[in-house]
Amino acid sequence: MSRLMNWIDKRLPVSNSLKLHVTQYPAPKNFNFWYLMGSLALVVLVNQIVTGIWLTMNYDTSATGAFASIEYIMRDVEYGWLLRYMHSTGASFFFIVVYLHMFRGLMYGSYQKPRELLWVFGMLIFLVLMAEAFMGYMLPWGQMSFWGAQVIISLFGAIPYVGDALTTWIRGDYVISGATLNRFFALHVIALPLVLVILVFLHIIALHEVGSNNPDGVDTKKPKGTVPDEEKAPFEFHERYTNKYDIVDSVPFHPYYTVKDIVGLAGFLILFALVLFFEPTMGGQFLESPNFEAADPMRTPEHIAPVWYFTPFYAILAAVPNAVLGVVMMFLAIVVLFLVPWLDRSTVRSVRYRSGFHKANLALLVVSFVILGFVGALPPTEFWTVVGRIFTFTYFAFFVLLFIYSKNEKTKPVPERVTK
Amino acid sequence: MSNAPVDKGRRRFLTVATSVVGGAGAVAAAVPFIASWNPSARARIAGAPVEMKIDKIEPGQLVRSEWRGSPVWVIRRTPAMVEQLNLTDDRVRDPNSDQPQQPEYAKNQHRSIDPEWFVAVGICTHLGCSPQFLPRNFTNMDGIESGFFCPCHGSRFDIAGRVFQGVPAPTNLVVPPHYFVDESTILIGVDEGAA
Amino acid sequence: MIKRFILALALLLPSVAFAAGYSGPLDRANYDLRDKESLQRGAQIYMNYCLACHSMQYQRYSRTFNDLGIPQELGEELLQFTSSPGMHKTSAIDADAAAEWFGLTPPDLTMVARVRGADWIYTYLRSFYADDSRPFGANNAIFDNVGMPHVLEELQGTPRRVTEQRMVDGEMTDVYVGIRSDGNGTMSPEEFDQAMLDLTNFLVYTGEPMILERQRMGYFVIGFLIVFLILAILLKKEYWRDIK
Repeated sequence: MSRLMNWIDKRLPVSNSLKLHVTQYPAPKNFNFWYLMGSLALVVLVNQIVTGIWLTMNYDTSATGAFASIEYIMRDVEYGWLLRYMHSTGASFFFIVVYLHMFRGLMYGSYQKPRELLWVFGMLIFLVLMAEAFMGYMLPWGQMSFWGAQVIISLFGAIPYVGDALTTWIRGDYVISGATLNRFFALHVIALPLVLVILVFLHIIALHEVGSNNPDGVDTKKPKGTVPDEEKAPFEFHERYTNKYDIVDSVPFHPYYTVKDIVGLAGFLILFALVLFFEPTMGGQFLESPNFEAADPMRTPEHIAPVWYFTPFYAILAAVPNAVLGVVMMFLAIVVLFLVPWLDRSTVRSVRYRSGFHKANLALLVVSFVILGFVGALPPTEFWTVVGRIFTFTYFAFFVLLFIYSKNEKTKPVPERVTK
Repeated sequence: MSNAPVDKGRRRFLTVATSVVGGAGAVAAAVPFIASWNPSARARIAGAPVEMKIDKIEPGQLVRSEWRGSPVWVIRRTPAMVEQLNLTDDRVRDPNSDQPQQPEYAKNQHRSIDPEWFVAVGICTHLGCSPQFLPRNFTNMDGIESGFFCPCHGSRFDIAGRVFQGVPAPTNLVVPPHYFVDESTILIGVDEGAA
Repeated sequence: MIKRFILALALLLPSVAFAAGYSGPLDRANYDLRDKESLQRGAQIYMNYCLACHSMQYQRYSRTFNDLGIPQELGEELLQFTSSPGMHKTSAIDADAAAEWFGLTPPDLTMVARVRGADWIYTYLRSFYADDSRPFGANNAIFDNVGMPHVLEELQGTPRRVTEQRMVDGEMTDVYVGIRSDGNGTMSPEEFDQAMLDLTNFLVYTGEPMILERQRMGYFVIGFLIVFLILAILLKKEYWRDIK
């Protein structure tokens, strides 16, 4: 066995990579609940890829056959319903863990220097994930698939001069049609997943280059030679890390965080199974009721709302009275997240040691986002439009305020070392 | 490090127990993925037994049907054809049908329930071409006039679908499960009483 | 029970309004997918009264017979009017002709319970009333100007819309309170309600014929995961004893 490993290691750095990224990777010992989300997102990604591959085995990409082929999978293919529900439930859970993961980053300042690029890769993943989910939702070719796609693609029509030509080009037809379905299928099953996997890989490599942040936001890699031996973490870490730094308050990722992540995974799977086996449509949120009717280009459902994970952005779109400006604002709502590492000028990372004002501001962001999520799902009424406008304003206010107060923010003293 | 010594036995036990349970879970999770490759309800219904009317078939005539996407032959053999089987007995590879290429009730010289009626899947056991039925001029050997010839690689089968020696096909033609529902109807794809 | 719990969670999210323009209260359909006799009766009503116009193209006969405990041969004899075993149920009328008669093609109803919900169907079926202004002489209290005739009139009798004079905002107004049959149907009101519940039950079943299998599997999976979770927690604690 060891001879075989030797043989391989001379040709491919397997053992070294395992040590570098798993068994001798120093992870701060004070990770809390929020630090589970990264691993869970990876598990969900694998779930989506595997169940997705299996779904394509029986899916029909034609506009005449797509809807029926989903019912074929649900009814005629052995365990097809299970594979389909794993995929559809996984899509929503993907966004749940990704949103929590992003919030973790905002809370503990995981985007601050030197993790700006890590954050940007993460945001790119989020962006690709949204495109992936949008195109995936079109494939069942139900009423929501069709009209949702109709509305979202029409957004591009708001672009001056080229808008109409652009939407026609995206659709490949004058309406959403089989041509659109086919190209979205191709993007959904291979192009975007490929990009997603590459981005995830880069995200992890970037993470391991700079090292994980932690809930205290303090560095656990101290400059070489500044820490007495008895203070160093009593584990063997890879020389890539120990050559440059003295490592404190850290544990090897494996076994300590693998066993911890397994606990989190088991808990997560219980929640996942509860939804999957007992309420796979989640009351019409994960799979919307009108989508159980085949797409009908002649008849719009009475109320079109995007799936829950898009509703906050959709609400921003709807809140702006001008169509072009609405689209701009919606994209700006995402773009501005990319800029957070440069908008936040504080050097204190964790919310634990930042000002009350920052805490309140972060709470404002969360509240705005959640309320926008509700507003985006409701039929537009005058009252809800006003609510949508107020919280669109507060959503953007978070970023503006962050930029202003973070320069001279009154922060609490940050400890040298991580706390319990 | 805490000062309490590590209980290695407990640690090992828990590691193994969690791995075993987790592994069992992974295996169970693989079941739906594997099972989904089985024929679907649609395929199974399309592969249901096929009924065939046989009262219009002339002696010496072959009639084709389709069962599970493959050609199925029903041949009404003349007594002369059946007689030839005595001559081919020592020229075929598996005269007693020892290879499981037929249901138990067709494991006999004529490889059928009734010597007059021969039912077989019309697919050469070599590489899957469909052989030709030659009621006459099958060979220039004395008395052996009828049989099946595969044009792809020259495999030959006698009129009971038994493969000749020295041809590429390794086994006799497959006889599908079948039974006579009544005088004029044959049901292909299922044994009697199994429906 | 688990389903209720999750539904309660889901209801915290805004729900999508899907009834056809109707947002008033619906009667609760206490259907029971385990009640095979109810499902069988529902299937029979569907075959006799609905299938003529409404196809059920995603549901197989053979599966229906299997799941509902109807012997294959009996089912073929009594319920299956078209096609060969295992084929999908198609409606008897021509789609184009139907579109001309009713103004639109009667929709396929395989998944109507997933689109509109059981309560809506149950209420809708019991809300037809006589209305001479409509082409087929019938209207529906929760689906105004519905294109469909009241095909169940022979069972229910001719239903009348019942209103009461009530004070609304200081004015006496006619308020819709329900439907009352003239009693000329073959069923009593209770029997008719039960029959409509059976039909609703059947439509819930066809919408997702694997519901029971799904839930059964769910209990196993979650039971297994709980065992795994307990082991994982013990394992984690064992390792993390190392860390101060």
